[in-house]
Amino acid sequence: MGTGRYDTMTQMRDSLDASGSDCVTVAVRRERLYDRSGQNILDFLDLDRCTLLPNTAGCFTATDAIRAARLGREILKTLGNPGADWVKLEVLGDSKTLLPDPVQTVEACQELAADGFKVLCYTSDCPVTAKRLKEVGAASVMPAGSPIGSGQGLLNKNNLRIILEYLKDGDPDYPVIVDAGVGTASDVSEAFELGADGVLLNTAIAHARDPVRMARAMKYATLAGRDAYLAGRIPKKLYGTASSPSEGVISTRPYGGSENQ
Amino acid sequence: MIKITVNGRSVELDDSMTVEHMLDRVDVPPNYLAVEVNAEVVPREDYTTQPIQDGDQVELVTLVGGG
Repeated sequence: MGTGRYDTMTQMRDSLDASGSDCVTVAVRRERLYDRSGQNILDFLDLDRCTLLPNTAGCFTATDAIRAARLGREILKTLGNPGADWVKLEVLGDSKTLLPDPVQTVEACQELAADGFKVLCYTSDCPVTAKRLKEVGAASVMPAGSPIGSGQGLLNKNNLRIILEYLKDGDPDYPVIVDAGVGTASDVSEAFELGADGVLLNTAIAHARDPVRMARAMKYATLAGRDAYLAGRIPKKLYGTASSPSEGVISTRPYGGSENQ
Repeated sequence: MIKITVNGRSVELDDSMTVEHMLDRVDVPPNYLAVEVNAEVVPREDYTTQPIQDGDQVELVTLVGGG
């Protein structure tokens, strides 16, 4: 779960509790000089329960993303948090759509993986880029459902299916996390039903009318979607199949037709 | 007198000093902080030894809410 865009730190904390998430993203930003009154988000997070996942949000070059990742690691190292070597890599290519820059993302992913980071890598829903990112060492590939903060849900489920198929081929435990674009609970269920291992979301909760209630909805959507995936959906069929037995029925069929019509 | 840049702002210091002393001078809360000098992270254990010199570009960062 993301921790940005909440009205208050308390609302963020309550939403996090309601969601059941134990991994939260945070951003690396300049400390405000000469101001000791500011609250720090770390005072509102249960660091024994939460793995912190620092992101490189707002970076447009591999160089800047690598710097942000290393700074985040330095902060988390002193906290002893298991997320210290983790980074949510995000290298943007366009400030309007917030779509990722695939070339810079692959370059940064390769360097950070070589530097010992567990790179959870935000990318578009392009299967080829997703394959490249896994090849250069991403610990998890995180394709977008739709642009960040857009709330459009999963725009190209076929691409997500292909990404899941390619990245899990011979490596079924390789984690694929749908990141960005979630608008409401059914989007989360849908991602899990496709076989995603996780969903990363922020704005859909933070900007809901009632964030804490939406966080709870996301928890149930996660449980429902994951269980539905593991249970296995039935194949879609063109015609109906009765659930009740046809024997012993006390009705007639006025418009004709046999069992097979 | 030396002049350095901290988070994009020009800061004057009496003399070269360690990172630790520079942090005192610019008055930032020390918790949850990471320091970068000329685009290289300074590990916390080096704060007492790493010098800050004229012209250095310093970034002081913390964690904030984000997605």
